[in-house]
Amino acid sequence: MINAILVFNNHGKPRLVRFYQHLAEEVQQQIIRDTFHLVLKRDDHICNFLECGSLFGGSDYKLIYRHYATLYFVFCVDSSESELGILDLIQVFVETLDKCFENVCELDLIFHMDKVHHILQEMVIGGMVLETNMNEIVAQVEAQGKLEKAEGGLSAAPSRAVSAVKNINLPEIPRNINIGDINIKVPNLSQFM
Amino acid sequence: MPAVSKGDGMRGLAVFISDIRNCKSKEAEIKRINKELANIRSKFKGDKALDGYSKKKYVCKLLFIFLLGHDIDFGHMEAVNLLSSNRYTEKQIGYLFISVLVNSNSELIRLINNAIKNDLASRNPTFMGLALHCIANVGSREMAEAFAGEIPKILVAGDTMDSVKQSAALCLLRLYRTSPDLVPMGDWTSRVVHLLNDQHLGVVTAATSLITTLAQKNPEEFKTSVSLAVSRLSRIVTSASTDLQDYTYYFVPAPWLSVKLLRLLQCYPPPEDPAVRGRLTECLETILNKAQEPPKSKKVQHSNAKNAVLFEAISLIIHHDSEPNLLVRACNQLGQFLQHRETNLRYLALESMCTLASSEFSHEAVKTHIETVINALKTERDVSVRQRAVDLLYAMCDRSNAQQIVAEMLNYLETADYSIREEIVLKVAILAEKYAVDYTWYVDTILNLIRIAGDYVSEEVWYRVIQIVINRDDVQGYAAKTVFEALQAPACHENLVKVGGYILGEFGNLIAGDPRSSPLIQFNLLHSKFHLCSVPTRALLLSTYIKFVNLFPEIKTTIQDVLRSDSQLKNADVELQQRAVEYLRLSTIASTDILATVLEEMPPFPERESSILAKLKKKKGPGTVTDLEEIKKERSSDMNGSAEPATVVSTPSPSADLLGLGAAPVTNSAPPPSSSGNLLVDVFSDSPSAVAPLAPGSDDNFASPDLASSEVVSEEPADTVHDADELFHKFVCKNNGVLFENQLLQIGLKSEFRQNLGRMFIFYGNKTSTQFLNFTPTVICSDDLQSSLNLQTKPVDPTVDGGAQVQQVVNIECVSDFMEAPILNIQFRYGGTFQNLSVKLPITLNKFFQPTEMSSQDFFQRWKQLSNPKQEVQNIFKAKHPMDAEITKAKIIGFGSALLEEVDPNPANFVGAGIIHTKTTQIGCLLRLEPNLQAQMYRLTLRTSKEAVSQRLCELLSEQF
Repeated sequence: MINAILVFNNHGKPRLVRFYQHLAEEVQQQIIRDTFHLVLKRDDHICNFLECGSLFGGSDYKLIYRHYATLYFVFCVDSSESELGILDLIQVFVETLDKCFENVCELDLIFHMDKVHHILQEMVIGGMVLETNMNEIVAQVEAQGKLEKAEGGLSAAPSRAVSAVKNINLPEIPRNINIGDINIKVPNLSQFM
Repeated sequence: MPAVSKGDGMRGLAVFISDIRNCKSKEAEIKRINKELANIRSKFKGDKALDGYSKKKYVCKLLFIFLLGHDIDFGHMEAVNLLSSNRYTEKQIGYLFISVLVNSNSELIRLINNAIKNDLASRNPTFMGLALHCIANVGSREMAEAFAGEIPKILVAGDTMDSVKQSAALCLLRLYRTSPDLVPMGDWTSRVVHLLNDQHLGVVTAATSLITTLAQKNPEEFKTSVSLAVSRLSRIVTSASTDLQDYTYYFVPAPWLSVKLLRLLQCYPPPEDPAVRGRLTECLETILNKAQEPPKSKKVQHSNAKNAVLFEAISLIIHHDSEPNLLVRACNQLGQFLQHRETNLRYLALESMCTLASSEFSHEAVKTHIETVINALKTERDVSVRQRAVDLLYAMCDRSNAQQIVAEMLNYLETADYSIREEIVLKVAILAEKYAVDYTWYVDTILNLIRIAGDYVSEEVWYRVIQIVINRDDVQGYAAKTVFEALQAPACHENLVKVGGYILGEFGNLIAGDPRSSPLIQFNLLHSKFHLCSVPTRALLLSTYIKFVNLFPEIKTTIQDVLRSDSQLKNADVELQQRAVEYLRLSTIASTDILATVLEEMPPFPERESSILAKLKKKKGPGTVTDLEEIKKERSSDMNGSAEPATVVSTPSPSADLLGLGAAPVTNSAPPPSSSGNLLVDVFSDSPSAVAPLAPGSDDNFASPDLASSEVVSEEPADTVHDADELFHKFVCKNNGVLFENQLLQIGLKSEFRQNLGRMFIFYGNKTSTQFLNFTPTVICSDDLQSSLNLQTKPVDPTVDGGAQVQQVVNIECVSDFMEAPILNIQFRYGGTFQNLSVKLPITLNKFFQPTEMSSQDFFQRWKQLSNPKQEVQNIFKAKHPMDAEITKAKIIGFGSALLEEVDPNPANFVGAGIIHTKTTQIGCLLRLEPNLQAQMYRLTLRTSKEAVSQRLCELLSEQF
């Protein structure tokens, strides 16, 4: 079972937090901080698995993570999951985000938190994997997009405002970073919030 | 077209997020957030009804604020309102908020459940999906109650859409996890198994996860899943990579599903049906073969997915442990990975090999990789991988390679990460002991451990080396010589001084013939370390000195001079001072014969499981210390464990292993060490006021003081009553008060006892403003207890209103004497959650005491009559409370016995007498409590006509002072 999915940037700012077991908010924040410190001090080329000690209150848990440009994707899982399988799952998640957002970047995660949650929801519910087929996931998300469109109203004028806001912090040339076989364009943001 | 168009967000939300990101400081950020929270709150509370769009916007803002790590304590109601909207966008955001933020015991669950019920009934697959996701994510017990019956129907209904089936399967899985009792097995189970044949691989994936979890608990019901899983797996594995279209991931057909199916098969033994078995073997062989094929893509994702399946296949092969051919192939494959350039694969290979090492078919094959693993230990950059290497070396160790592995581990220890040093020390200590052919090697190894990583050598490790040296006379001389040499080092670890002090004290005579290690030199060597050591070590060294007095009469005066010096006799530490005083007196008064008996060599330790192993298991969790022999050992020790209660008195707890020795014989009646204790008493009996109640340190002449007071004396180390709730003990001497209290519930007691009968009123107070539902208190007696204690209770009203109190009466009859206390278990539902707690109910043997007054003469006459060693139980313990005579008197009276004045010749002592009434017998009890103010100790002696009664009363009363 997946106990938590955490995405944070290189400065430890959380970008997506999803716990599948009930924990008090302080505990959640503590886990995010501790996880960040555990992961941050590791080189990029050592292994993607680490034991998280008593972080989740038991030795059965492992952190499985991947580092993409400015973001860390960390899954905390118990021993019933395959380590390499989870690594693939992270990749599927990122590729799906990339498809849904067209070259996803950290800002998409910030400004479209609700969408990111929905995409994740199509993959993982209650700590178990629902779907691993990317096309299926994207199809579900698209269907929802259409529903939203049909309902209209919500998606009128603000669109331009959002892109304007997004561009405030963008430097001139976005950096391209190669992850596996997809390119995520990552704006070279010096400091997030 | 991207699935998410980027421009359809909400302006207010975007502006707020940008504001936050532009904040220059944490303070500014908090200020902005607080402003926004106030704004949202006022909007929510305002008169104007908000439209769906605004609600959605504000809920999104709250989610963002929550993500930043701020508490959100409102907005829940608005989110619940969004659920009942007919617009998808609003409903969706409502569900999102609830599954991220709503706690499973929220009071809103009922409202949420209503909304979910409507959506499930809507037959709109999108809405059903949202509702099912919400149940799966929140997964509370109330949800299980509401939906556990409904979801299996949705899952197996013919007309359910695939995506809904997927969600329903995982939803059911989640509910089964939280409340297995509420998910009824039924006809649906066989239909769920057939989902493994479903056309849609997404449905198969979800169903496999569900079946795996269910099969772990109900293997029989889901047995048919084995053949279905095998055939599904076989179809995937043998398919061309294009067959599965979208489920092919980087040229690997459905890797995730394959992994899940292989996991499901690990719930069962190898299939019995030869056809199924053959097909499975074929699959596994195909997977192993594919691993050897050239990669179809250079991408890391390709090899990742392929290897995910491969590792799972290997796990299954190891789990079945029945096909030697496959096991050896698996081992070779892992061997290749050990040198792979991908760190992840090296890590996993080391991990899998660890389990492979415990199979008898592959143990030898694993051993051939020893050099590679040792190399990994030296060269891996990643501590996680090095840790796995240590684990594997430990698992592959046997008699043939122990020396090499131990040497390598010792080598590695010098540079090992601090985080894993203690574990390595334990492992080295265990291996060295287990595979020692030559005990001189063992002694060398442990001394090396202390030298290299003294700080990480726990008590268990050095206790163990001493146990072994004492039990094996062939190594004693060597050990004495080696510690003597090791102590020559100018700076040596305190643990070495402890081991050295102990061993020379016992066996220094074996090397005293050599003029280079004459008695005086030995003594001076040890004493040169004395002042640098901590108090416990000094105490141990003082014991060594008195042992030297016996071993080497020629240096007696030197030692007496040391003991007599002010720094010893007037030491600020009570324990050291007392030892110095007693040892000095002993060496002056006692004759050589008495000395020889008192200070006799320690008798051999009883053989038992190594306490180091126990410690390692505790550290790593029981499942992770695997080894063929250990598994066997564990099994046998389990059996020993279950037999333990019968022999509890003579089995000191593992941590008292070494020094607890004194305790076991004392209760066993009369082997040598206890006689040494008694002799000490005799020596001092003519000056009782000085040292009358003996300090525990002198009772077993070699104990270090901390152990002596905590483990040795309390005679029943495994007793949980001691470390249970303190409140329980408070009731031993009183009848009314508060037994338990937490944030929800308070339990009060009032009780009265007469002869062998009693009545107890239990008051349950609901401290909250919410009703407790299904409130069921139950009084539970263990089987033993049932025969000796009759308890009758009336059930109470299952609903306890907020702020209300209910009362329950327990009628008590004591049939015969008893040891344990009954357990009061309370279950109820508060908000959405199920509460379950247990406390010990303070019905103790002493409640059935009737005080008996008697004269001094009578008392001592009876005291003498009860002189059989089995009738007396004595306990010497440190005072836990200030030693006030009035309070002590009150406690003895509260305990139930009469307090007899002017009976004991020493007015500082307390004596009491009474009769325990049970239905079957009456048991006369005498007690005597001797306080020693100087030492802050008590000696408590109980004499009754029944051993178990003495024992129990002594335990209960000892906790009171």
